[in-house]
Amino acid sequence: MSAGAAAALLAAGAGTGHGPLAAFTHPFFLHAFLAGSAIALAAGLTGYFLVLRAQMFTGDALSHVAFTGALAALAGGYDLRLGLFAGTIAVALLIGGLGRRGRADDVAIGSVFAWILGLGAFFLTLYTTSRSAGNGGAGVNVLFGSVFGLSGGQALTAGLVAAGICVAVLAIARPLLFASVDEAVAAARGVPVRLLGLAFLVLVGACAAEATQAVGSLLLLGLLAAPAGAAVRLTGRPLRGLALSAALGLGEMWAGLALSYAVPVLPPSFCIMAAATAVYGLTYLKGRARTGARQTPPARPARRVGGSVTGGRSL
Amino acid sequence: MPTADTFSLAAGALPAWSWNPVADLRAMWAYPFMVNAFRAGTLVAVAAGVMGWFMVLRRQSFAGHSIATVGFPGAACAALVGVSATYGYFAFCLAAAVVVAAVPRTGRAAGGHESAVTGTVQAFLLACGFLFTTLYKGLLGGVTSLLFGSFLGVTPGQVWLLLGVTAAVLLVLAAVGRPLLFASVDPDVARGRGLPVRLLSVVFLVLLGAATAGAAQITGTLLVFALLVMPGAAAQALTSRPSLGLALSALIAVAVTWAGLIVAYYSPYPVGFYVTTFAFGVYVLARAVPYARGRAGRRARAGAEPALAAGGAA
Repeated sequence: MSAGAAAALLAAGAGTGHGPLAAFTHPFFLHAFLAGSAIALAAGLTGYFLVLRAQMFTGDALSHVAFTGALAALAGGYDLRLGLFAGTIAVALLIGGLGRRGRADDVAIGSVFAWILGLGAFFLTLYTTSRSAGNGGAGVNVLFGSVFGLSGGQALTAGLVAAGICVAVLAIARPLLFASVDEAVAAARGVPVRLLGLAFLVLVGACAAEATQAVGSLLLLGLLAAPAGAAVRLTGRPLRGLALSAALGLGEMWAGLALSYAVPVLPPSFCIMAAATAVYGLTYLKGRARTGARQTPPARPARRVGGSVTGGRSL
Repeated sequence: MPTADTFSLAAGALPAWSWNPVADLRAMWAYPFMVNAFRAGTLVAVAAGVMGWFMVLRRQSFAGHSIATVGFPGAACAALVGVSATYGYFAFCLAAAVVVAAVPRTGRAAGGHESAVTGTVQAFLLACGFLFTTLYKGLLGGVTSLLFGSFLGVTPGQVWLLLGVTAAVLLVLAAVGRPLLFASVDPDVARGRGLPVRLLSVVFLVLLGAATAGAAQITGTLLVFALLVMPGAAAQALTSRPSLGLALSALIAVAVTWAGLIVAYYSPYPVGFYVTTFAFGVYVLARAVPYARGRAGRRARAGAEPALAAGGAA
């Protein structure tokens, strides 16, 4: 559905005199398309589990850590991505290790990440004042992304890492689903619940680092939350929801890139977020049109179980 | 409106710390903008400390964080329209509070789903803020001061507005404080006793929106957690008595803000960084105190028990 919209938008954008696929002749668009597609798939897959496990706040914390990691690396004179991955994965392990059974309490996470964000502001000032004056936009780029600024090599690396994340998530998808929906039963059946939770958090960390390059650290939460939230609303069956979440993420990424290409005033990260939010909003209309229909009963149990697990835990 | 050039101006001529606190404070308060910053900071910290205590109690820190981030598009939109950023903060934060309150909250059952909605809305609004700043080109250098706080350029008019808001928040809270406390601690029993739990929740979120909009102007929209959550969490770790906890939370928030403002005045780094760091330090200390107390208590008990047993045997 969104892919169709993307194609329509592509065509609309090309109405200014080029062919419908003229966008792909520009290297910057091609790079953004390749990296963006892989990142959107990875974010859709990990985001679905984040919603199912009610761990969205952790994703939020990681996204802010990405900002500090990237700027610390820049201030120290290293490659931005080194800081991104090191920061997010380290904090993912920390959150997993601190929290009881891999789920930390909201106030603790929030306090730690607010402080880390403050540290990011410190590194930003350090970077913009100590180095040459030409990099004043670095902070804004890390915060809000610059997907059209990716070089060929960067896009390839981003695409490969994102593909690796997808494969890893799919590999642990079945036991992770089991552990997310009913942790106690899964543990009794011999599923390594704690290890799975940690591995999943590491994947979320890597995904956050990836998504920062596409939409920026402030907006990647939308990339994680919106397709997954929409998928949870549309179907109660876990595997179908997982696939739907990835597909929606991909479609929203394409629609956003096409819109931004067609209307250059709009920054790409805004367009991607707008597409993601629009799709999520549409699921509410659909739900309202069918209130009481048989669509709701299968959706209930998964959500209730996923939510009540954390509800009990956070107390 | 604090802009990048006033900031770099201030950073270019850093005042020196003379190790004489009285002379230092006097020198600092010779500048009207510092006096305004301290007034605004104190007002904002009191409101944030009190509301933050309730927020921690109600476990709504994610909602609070979302309301705070909405301040960024608010301020950016105000700049685009051409009015003071303060109005943008309050308009957007209060609207966000109403929206968060309107989203049905069916107990804890909808936890994951609710946070997906909040997260999406938050990301979308930040994206809108980014759009506004790119449309209004002049602000691009000031993005970081909107996000990470700045104490420059607080006008007397703003201080009066903040005074009014803080007074209103405290008055409303004084009126609904007891039922709100009851409804926060045990919503089911409170509902059974006939308290309007849903209405209280809406009132709470609106008050939280006002406190957040105020705090965001000092710490920046991204670091509001420093003034909202950390003092409240620290106070709750130290005492479980509501009145003492509320006072302690406000006190910590004010102390942290003052310390942050003083240090930021003497250094080139943003005030948000210092406020966050000090607040986090207080939070960590407060979390460490009960641990230490518990360990000491256990040791004392462990020491006392054998003695008792020995006494019983004798």
